[in-house]
Amino acid sequence: MQSIIIDLFQKPGQYKKVAGFILVALLAAFPYIYFNNYYLHIAILVGIFVILSLSLNLITGFTGQLCLGHAAFYGVGAYVGALLMKNLQMNFFLALIVSFLVTGLFGLLLGIPTLRLRGDYLAIVTLGFGEIVRLVFINWEEVTNGPMGLRSIPAPSIMGFVLKERYMFYYLILIMVLLVLFLMNRLINSGFGMAMQTIKADEIAAESIGIYPVKYKLIAFILSSGLAGVAGCFYASYVSYISPTTFVYNTSVTILAMVVLGGLGSLAGSVIGAAVLTLIPEVLRFISDYRMLLFGALMVLMMIFKPEGFWGVSKRVKNIYKLKAGRRHHERDIKSQ
Amino acid sequence: MSEILRANNVSMVFGGLTAVDNISLAMEDNEILSLIGPNGAGKTTFFNMLTGVYKPTTGNIIFMDEDITHLKAHQRVAKGISRTFQNIRLFKDMTALENLMVAHPRCNQENLARVLLGGRKLKMQRQAIVEECEEILEIVGLKEKEGELATNLPYGKQRLLEIGRALATDPKLVLLDEPGAGMNSVEKEELTALIRHITEKMGKNVLLIEHDMKFVMGISDRILVLDHGELIANGVPREIQTNPQVIEAYLGKGMIDDEEE
Amino acid sequence: MFTQQLINGITVGGIYALIALGYTMVYGILKIVNFAHGDVFMVGSFLGLLFVQNAGMPIYIAYPAAMLVTAAVGVVIERVCYRPIRIKGTDALSILIAALGVSIFLENFAQLVWGTGTHAYVQEIKEKNYEFGNINLSNIQIGVIVLCVLLMAALYFVVNKTKIGVAMRATSQSITSAQLMGINTEMVIAATFGVGSALACVAGVLVGTYYDAVYPLVGYSYGLKAFAAAILGGIGSIPGAMLGGFLIGIVETLGSAYISAGYKDAFAFGILILVLIIRPSGLLGKKHVDKV
Repeated sequence: MQSIIIDLFQKPGQYKKVAGFILVALLAAFPYIYFNNYYLHIAILVGIFVILSLSLNLITGFTGQLCLGHAAFYGVGAYVGALLMKNLQMNFFLALIVSFLVTGLFGLLLGIPTLRLRGDYLAIVTLGFGEIVRLVFINWEEVTNGPMGLRSIPAPSIMGFVLKERYMFYYLILIMVLLVLFLMNRLINSGFGMAMQTIKADEIAAESIGIYPVKYKLIAFILSSGLAGVAGCFYASYVSYISPTTFVYNTSVTILAMVVLGGLGSLAGSVIGAAVLTLIPEVLRFISDYRMLLFGALMVLMMIFKPEGFWGVSKRVKNIYKLKAGRRHHERDIKSQ
Repeated sequence: MSEILRANNVSMVFGGLTAVDNISLAMEDNEILSLIGPNGAGKTTFFNMLTGVYKPTTGNIIFMDEDITHLKAHQRVAKGISRTFQNIRLFKDMTALENLMVAHPRCNQENLARVLLGGRKLKMQRQAIVEECEEILEIVGLKEKEGELATNLPYGKQRLLEIGRALATDPKLVLLDEPGAGMNSVEKEELTALIRHITEKMGKNVLLIEHDMKFVMGISDRILVLDHGELIANGVPREIQTNPQVIEAYLGKGMIDDEEE
Repeated sequence: MFTQQLINGITVGGIYALIALGYTMVYGILKIVNFAHGDVFMVGSFLGLLFVQNAGMPIYIAYPAAMLVTAAVGVVIERVCYRPIRIKGTDALSILIAALGVSIFLENFAQLVWGTGTHAYVQEIKEKNYEFGNINLSNIQIGVIVLCVLLMAALYFVVNKTKIGVAMRATSQSITSAQLMGINTEMVIAATFGVGSALACVAGVLVGTYYDAVYPLVGYSYGLKAFAAAILGGIGSIPGAMLGGFLIGIVETLGSAYISAGYKDAFAFGILILVLIIRPSGLLGKKHVDKV
């Protein structure tokens, strides 16, 4: 037994799997360790924000396109999901897929005109887009019920079994987060993902090796907004009530802060960033008046002293593409050492 | 096919400034062609037109009997033209090997759906890509540095890595923009050997811009001289060395070994 | 009716333009967007109120004092929050996030000090209305427009005709070269933040007087629209910021009068997006060229 453990820890990459497995097991056991609705609620919020920050990381962290309107995609997903489930009695999982597609379409619509823009110009346009979407939520009363928002959005159900307990939502979001992480990990460590990252680094150099930036930017926008839509759809079903006040500029900024403080271009960073920034305001509740003040100061301090974030790209595994490509290489290398 | 590249009456005008003025040239298959000229002569602008960074104001460019004037930069790479940059443009946060892999057409054109689904076939394909890229690293002499971040490599090695990256796109024609800049004489000798290897053993064509006359004279089969955006001479190294117009172009302005604007 | 709305639009537009100048000047020199600028505007507005109401100063002392203090706030923000990041040479995104942090800090600071509600503003100047046919023009409106135009003219003069203006323009071309030419660039940067913040303070006082209201989150919508104005005009360009400010003010006033009041803010951003699609560098901005 001992030798197996030692063996596991000696192979590079293996111990990560073990650590990951233990972490997932702990997360799965969480509702049994702390069965407390408040903790579960916070954990579910963390899950939602993990998906949001992972998705934003796809545009901003990997492809290098600054986006300050992510809350709009989150909102579109929430409204689309809510309306489908409420008015058409559509199944949650189907609504999730439709939300992904509709929000992805919005991402494409925003992506096309912004292809020529960069940096701050892109920031203000995405910000303006977010504002316009918010105004539509408020003013298109026939559909969105205006500032009052939409109430009694049904909970998800799987073949007649309704997920109405909080811990069920917890497991649902846990599975969703793991699935997103799994797919994102595959994506960013692929040739496709590397091509995306060249656009962030240097667009002209990327073109000089045959990469067409337009394609990758648009796909990043579509996937990113689609994922934010999925998070929104889940959120709508979870809280059963949505209103325009959730999907505001501040939410966009918070998501961006999660990505940046966690570490641009790092999946682990997004997870950590989302967890930390969701927890900080909760932990600081006892000094509730000052918490946002501290939060602002923390953002500044972090940028001064640790601009690459909690888990920056320097921690990434080098040549991971090669490691993933072939066991054969890998084993050969180990033997030769 | 004996002619690989042809430029017909190519000009580039920025605002009111004519950077490249009505240049025509033809490049034979399997020759090392050099482009020289004083600073601001339009050499890099000409490169940028060949690679699609700029669209020529007039004229057209034929690559392997095909008009590529209207193709975008990335499309020209697919046709078989790749380049290096005067001010090195590597992906700094990627390793040496990653810089090559991402340039490999089968790597950066990976299909999104296949990537997400994964599978054995994809792994096999990636193994082949990795092996090809490691071979190229070996050729440019950076095999031991494959795990090193590009930004941590010394300047000369970065130039070599950029050549390696250009080779990884599987080009037929490689454009090198001042490959020897910043290199010492030993490194330049290695570079000469590398360029010979690329043309002779790998069967690629090389068109290069260079300031170091000794290096250019030693390696080129033919030299073109640009001055004020115009082609003022075209010939084998010996002819160029004695061409009065070329001497005037250089001595008249003073020969500065510096970056070109 | 149309002329009336146009005048209202010009009034708001002038205020946007004053704030936009701060964005554009800072961008021109440091190539960063000071996202906290809208909140500096809010702080300026509150300081004006504070000096008159709590300190009991007459407005001709209170308002210049508020401008000075706001200028100091701007300079301190740059020194404490942006300069350390700038000097390290990390990318623009770090400064952007820091600026967002400053913005959150200022908004919450204001809420702690002044509460979350709306305050009535100083009404030392009695509002008088003048009728011209069916157009209604108040003395405050006239004051706002005249003051905006005067300040912009003054700024234009400073930038183009004075020594510090030359230093500013040199620094905006290249900080390193300006330093080599013996320009104290840190001074220029501080001056830029100071002047921009003082102008924002004027805008804050004007908004307070014009609408008789100030609240901690007022910087958000004004800041965004002024930023939009700066980008619309071409960020980095001072005439551009003025043009953008007036344009956004007019478009949103006319849009909300004739199309839909609920979508008032959407018009400002709508026109911004439209213009950028056609001219990615803004109306008067310089085209961005990548050097290869």
